Amino acid sequence: MDTSRSDSDPFRLSLTSRYSDWVLEALEELSDCFLITDPAISGHPIVFASQSFLSMSGYSKSEILGRNPRLFQGPETDRGSVSQIREAVRTRQSVQVNLVNYRKDGTPHQVLFHMSPVFVEEDGSVLHFFAIQVPIVRRPGTQHGACSKGLLRGCRDEVRKGCDAHAQKVFDNVCNRVSEEGETCMAGELERERALNASNSIISALNRYNNFTGLVVSTKQCCGPRTIPAFSSCLNLSLGGINKSFVLSDPHLPGMPIVYASDAFLSLTGYSRCEVLGRNSKFLNGPGTCSKALQEINKSISAEKSCTLRLLNYRKDGSSFWNLFHISPVRNATGKIAYYIGVILDEASKGELNGISPEMLQFGTVGAVKVAVRSLSFSSSGPSWSSNSR
Amino acid sequence: MSNYQEEVSTEAVGCGRNCLGKFCLHVSNLPLYTFSSDQNSTKSESFLSELLLAQWEERMRQGLFRYDVTACETKVIPGSQGFIAQLNEGRHLKKRPTEFRVDQVLQPFDPAKFNFTKVGQEEVLFQFQNGGTINKSYFLETARVDPAMAPNIVAINVSPIEYGHVLLIPRVLDCVPQQIDQDGILLALHMAAEASNPCFRLGYNSLGAFATINHLHFQAYYLNIQLPVEKAQIEMITQRGLRSESEKSVKVSRLMNYPVRGLVFSEGNTVGDLADVVSKACICLQQNNIPFNVLISDRGRQIYLFPQCYAEKQALREVSQELLNTQVNPAVWEISGHIVLKRRKDYDEASEASAWRLLAEVSLSEERFEEVKEYIFAAIGVVESKFEVNNQEKERAEEEAMLDGNMFEPVASHFQEGCLVVE
Repeated sequence: MDTSRSDSDPFRLSLTSRYSDWVLEALEELSDCFLITDPAISGHPIVFASQSFLSMSGYSKSEILGRNPRLFQGPETDRGSVSQIREAVRTRQSVQVNLVNYRKDGTPHQVLFHMSPVFVEEDGSVLHFFAIQVPIVRRPGTQHGACSKGLLRGCRDEVRKGCDAHAQKVFDNVCNRVSEEGETCMAGELERERALNASNSIISALNRYNNFTGLVVSTKQCCGPRTIPAFSSCLNLSLGGINKSFVLSDPHLPGMPIVYASDAFLSLTGYSRCEVLGRNSKFLNGPGTCSKALQEINKSISAEKSCTLRLLNYRKDGSSFWNLFHISPVRNATGKIAYYIGVILDEASKGELNGISPEMLQFGTVGAVKVAVRSLSFSSSGPSWSSNSR
Repeated sequence: MSNYQEEVSTEAVGCGRNCLGKFCLHVSNLPLYTFSSDQNSTKSESFLSELLLAQWEERMRQGLFRYDVTACETKVIPGSQGFIAQLNEGRHLKKRPTEFRVDQVLQPFDPAKFNFTKVGQEEVLFQFQNGGTINKSYFLETARVDPAMAPNIVAINVSPIEYGHVLLIPRVLDCVPQQIDQDGILLALHMAAEASNPCFRLGYNSLGAFATINHLHFQAYYLNIQLPVEKAQIEMITQRGLRSESEKSVKVSRLMNYPVRGLVFSEGNTVGDLADVVSKACICLQQNNIPFNVLISDRGRQIYLFPQCYAEKQALREVSQELLNTQVNPAVWEISGHIVLKRRKDYDEASEASAWRLLAEVSLSEERFEEVKEYIFAAIGVVESKFEVNNQEKERAEEEAMLDGNMFEPVASHFQEGCLVVE
């Protein structure tokens, strides 16, 4: 047993609070060389490193937990590969590249680097990234050229179908280049298979004890009427970082369903995420809800305007609360309305506002969400922040 | 007795317009944000950002902006640089025209011309004051303005180019003309740190580099995408101030593979160190009548300085008609890669090549940049590093010219040995 454990260790918590208390044990059982990082923590740091990774790299756990994996890069690390990895993190896709990493003693070595996001199947949110490193064994004189510049693109469609056949074909084509050093150091069939096996093992370990919570994760992001567009959580101002109670509804979908619900909203109302996504927010209304208020809200939506009002809403357990409610259209990069934000403020919780008026609190939430959504549709998968920001 | 009372009542009204002139401010209440400049204070992350955005949204509801900037179409131009183009037809038509000559970087303040004391208080979001070593920052929704405290004002930009576009006006009552000094830069760096958000950038345009108002001010906005200049590679060329091992020097780097030549300042032991170096560099340019723009990025930890010459070229008719027709005045945001276009045609046809061409016109030539760099180095007291970048690095840098211009963060040990540093 590791006697230096403490429950307040944020890196352990990053995993145990999302999956199960035993997830670390399950991960420790794996013999593969990998890291797990948490994009929701500033700096996108490493929260887990397998024993095999530590042996390979020469670092101890305490030396790398909390640090960004760029620490393993060095002068010979190909910048094209690094930028491909960054792009994959930004757009939340899987990627496989050749990479030169550096051990603690400064010696470089070649690995097949395979990284995947961990998606929650039911809503498509990203909890973590894992990065597998498979050491590449040099094979002299193969028919393929060397590829010290790994230039594999992230495979967006392949995330749906399975990052296998197509990705590897692209990888092969790209590797038909001769490097200036004339070395052959291409990841072959063996390394790729090891990477995929490791990927499956990691996902199994993350899912293993989750029957209790019903959480299912995978490397594939599902697309269905109840899933949300990919919002990156790497950034303070991204939706995940806004710790206020709000929902986003999509007026272009029939029934104007909720497509995003913040954690604070779920705590306030007592619902779980899968119970609210895909439903219209009228489930918050009940016998005491004034119909005039509802008409006001509908009028505002038709007029594409914002409005603030007070109405009686109901939690999952049936208890009611006075909702200081604000609704506003939110536009994306096309300049057109993409969503309506509904900010829900429990009037009874006014004491926690730090001396700021409820109205200001609502506006602050709206502003933060507008900044986040404004850059959506720069790419179809979300805000464009590099995970390697300092 | 009655005379005195009358005076008081006239003073209470001020000029009647409720502006930021000293007679009005004396008797006004404005929201007040007081920040702690103690580096060890407890930082409430994003407190300033929440407040600023809340106030900004509130002003939107009040209809104070000339148009809704979020309704302006924006896109990333395909290519390795990732230039950002925005179609904004309203800004050009409604922006205040420039009221002074563009060939002098330093010009005295003229109270007759438009300046920020003439702005209505409804455009002010809050005062932004340095609380010194207080334990943590705090906000009061309303506080009497104390002119003795030299109020700094954060106001909205009524012709915004992004959500949250504001103006930071240091010491508004002092009516300082548009020129950089150490206090001004320091305040801007404090604001960047306090906003605590990588989306939040501050920018500065000198006269002659497309500032439109000769009253000291910075601009700032939130943009949830990395600016092309922030992605560009930089190469360190020297450091200032390695006094002891425990202190970090201010690093001076050069922008690589970017259409506009510029210097980048980063690190340093304290915010004050960085402000000192940057302000000296800017003052040097001001004194040599070289127009320039400054971008403050990464929460105040990375500062870009771009000397430019576009206005001079325009005057000498050296700019192509094609570029003139876009009517883009390349100020700090454009130079950073965020380009606001007024015509649908230019927006639809925007390409990486055309953006690069425009920005390349703004840049000093290599020879001129080297000259200017020498002035700056003399002003801040450094010499270019004698450390030989090894040949492999040079070749790699050349190859990179055609690849993504991503910032590669070199392993630290590469640059610390062999640097020649002069205080």
